[in-house]
Amino acid sequence: MQKDVIFTEKNGMLIAGICCDVDHHTAKPMRERIDKKLFEIRPQTLVIDLSSVDFMDSSGLGLILGRVEKAAALNAEVVLTGASPRIMKLISLSGIERIRHLSVIK
Amino acid sequence: MKKKINELELKLPAISINEAVSRSIVSAFVAELDPTVEELGDLRCAVSEAVTNCIVHAYRGREESALGYIYISVRLYDTREVVIEITDEGCGIEDVELARRPHFSGGEPDERCGMGFLVMESFTDHLSVKSQKGEGTSVLMRKNLKP
Repeated sequence: MQKDVIFTEKNGMLIAGICCDVDHHTAKPMRERIDKKLFEIRPQTLVIDLSSVDFMDSSGLGLILGRVEKAAALNAEVVLTGASPRIMKLISLSGIERIRHLSVIK
Repeated sequence: MKKKINELELKLPAISINEAVSRSIVSAFVAELDPTVEELGDLRCAVSEAVTNCIVHAYRGREESALGYIYISVRLYDTREVVIEITDEGCGIEDVELARRPHFSGGEPDERCGMGFLVMESFTDHLSVKSQKGEGTSVLMRKNLKP
């Protein structure tokens, strides 16, 4: 089976590179894997890298919001990177780039 | 007078693997009208949201063996209009107007963020939602593809 998230650790950062479509079906196992790693590593920053994501719907927004909440409980920030114009359209629509503890790097 | 040039009827059990199945099939079917990448992305996302609603909400609380179906119909017109109807026979929505209002609900067990209807509305040209409590819900979306 193809991996859904690839983790990299670097200078207090945990990078979660998502590499499959993000919908309600795929989001559940992914968020469990990310949370497990997040609480194990306890990084200062969780980077969610979307550069290998071809499709994402609002379940992906839920996934991001949920991780911001979990990270904030560990005093960590979330950085979102690699979003395609397609995914940026969804992110802008939701307004999640304005929430606390989350920054979006275009 | 617009003329229907093709139509698709699809019936799938309301299980989550069918989110990807339904958006792939609809996307392949609409390809006949040669939509732009952006238009196709909009439709894929809108279909995914509507189908996910059927899976997450319509048949909630039911045993796996008693899950219902999702009915998807797509019609293509010579005016380049795409009409997609997604129907379930589930619990229905008590207050459609309230359900359509965007609400962040990141803390829910399922982590759906309450943006589904907003996405459907924004990524198509028209959205209407009909629902009857205990009978089911039907979502109708229209999109006019660029000439």
